[in-house]
Amino acid sequence: MSRADLRFFGSELGMVFRRRRNLALLVILACVPLLISIAVKASGHDAPGGSIFGGITDNGLFAALAGFLVLTPLFLPLMISVVAGDSIAGEASSGTLRYLLAIPAGRSRLLAIKFAAIVTWCLACALVIALSGLLAGLVFFPSGELTLLSGRVVSYGDGVVRLLLVLLYVTASVVTVGAIGLFVSTMTEAPIAAMAATLTLTIVSQVADAVPQLGRIHGWLPSHYWLQWVDLFRDPIITSRVGTGLLVALGYVLFFTALAWARFGGKDITA
Amino acid sequence: MVAAIASEGLTKRFGSLNAVDGIDLAVPAGSVYGFLGPNGSGKTTTIRVLLGLVFATSGSHVLLGTSTQRALPKVGALVEGPAFHPYLSGTANLLRLDAADRTADASTARARVGSALERVGLTAAAGKRYRAYSLGMRQRLGIAAALLRPRELLMLDEPTNGLDPQGTREVRSLIAALAGEGVTVFLSSHLLSEVEQLCSDVGVMSAGRLVWQGALADLRAQQEPYVRVETVQPAEARQVLESVGLAGVEAADGHVRARLGEARPEDVVAALVRGGVGVRGFAVERASLEEQFVALTGEGFDVSG
Repeated sequence: MSRADLRFFGSELGMVFRRRRNLALLVILACVPLLISIAVKASGHDAPGGSIFGGITDNGLFAALAGFLVLTPLFLPLMISVVAGDSIAGEASSGTLRYLLAIPAGRSRLLAIKFAAIVTWCLACALVIALSGLLAGLVFFPSGELTLLSGRVVSYGDGVVRLLLVLLYVTASVVTVGAIGLFVSTMTEAPIAAMAATLTLTIVSQVADAVPQLGRIHGWLPSHYWLQWVDLFRDPIITSRVGTGLLVALGYVLFFTALAWARFGGKDITA
Repeated sequence: MVAAIASEGLTKRFGSLNAVDGIDLAVPAGSVYGFLGPNGSGKTTTIRVLLGLVFATSGSHVLLGTSTQRALPKVGALVEGPAFHPYLSGTANLLRLDAADRTADASTARARVGSALERVGLTAAAGKRYRAYSLGMRQRLGIAAALLRPRELLMLDEPTNGLDPQGTREVRSLIAALAGEGVTVFLSSHLLSEVEQLCSDVGVMSAGRLVWQGALADLRAQQEPYVRVETVQPAEARQVLESVGLAGVEAADGHVRARLGEARPEDVVAALVRGGVGVRGFAVERASLEEQFVALTGEGFDVSG
């Protein structure tokens, strides 16, 4: 990236992170691990260890994992769909796309900058979940040593490192939604339609993943490995399925960004 | 002369519709080129092709002697009305556009945005959100965006659209001033008075074709002069005019018109007087640009197919 590209990227990040709708979504996202912590605290049950929700009363760090567990299937894809679906279609619907291209921003360059901003947004969302869970956990529950899902006890620092890996894995998982959204966004001038279509695709993937008769294709679905980060909270870490999940994510990202590039590169901008 | 814009057989087909049909544009460098045509005649599509927004079906074009992508940093454009982010201020919107330009100098961005806003008279509203702008202010911001950097070519699509008379005058004098600095201006308009006032050259589009192109003076010179006689005796006047050999005589209530042709006006007046026609007024006129426009495009301002 040259300095000019960095400047454009900075401007794009400003568009994403200063937008009130997106900030409101981040606030809602941050509330979820907090609400989980309050609910667990208020219920007063001491659930047995060895599960994510059960671990919360043992160690607050599990509040962040519980956040990832409930948010990854639907709300997180929704947040990514909103920003990714808006990326090109939003500029097209406001007419600003024609002025960006007449600057000239460059079609491939614009697409690359938009995708970089989407990836940053994915990372920010995962970071908000992790931080909110971590902080809520520290406030309401013990911190200290924690028992992993496989039963082994590790230090809090070790747990935080594992949480960081989970955060990165979740980011990589939902970047697939971002890539799909970027592609869909090049197909329409209606940002809402792009958002809805992207979210629909992720739901279809999860529905297909829940039908046992479709077992043969499960491994190929983008959402199949999304919760595989639980393996990172075992000892020793089971890397095989996490690795497969990352490969599947990479495959989808390459496929859909290439489609977006092919589509956008030759598209007539008539909006 | 070097051409600021040159195209050969430029064609854009949308489905079965030839929106732009084999046009050969030649916009001389340093000219103010009026791009005329009824709504739907292919003006905006042509501009979009020239700016690289839409890909030509066939034919080629050159901007400032080079390809579109290389020329664009030296081209300021206003296409189909202004478009900005509604929740950003005028300044923020221009900074956003400038940030997208890989050849722009970031360190001078604020100063350039400030002077562009000043040039279009928007300094006082620079911090206001775009959504609070009036139509005229939006149009001015669009022109300011085209002036963010020193340009060699400005492509302005209906630049005075939505402006009040005062704003229209300001924008026209701004265009004249820019042309005076040597900037080539490609001005799409359907306001013939604007074109007459500003342009040195014109191109006339009709149904996707470029039906006339050249110096405005040449277009005006093409038009034959005609005489107009005001009289209460139109029938007698018609007889006299026909007898001295004028063609295309049309009599109406209170006046008669005829093409002057090779005749001398003073001879026509003398013949009328000798013929006993009471002449209340006599004038040699040329068709207005509007009449020529209608003659070229075969229509007025109706939307064409």
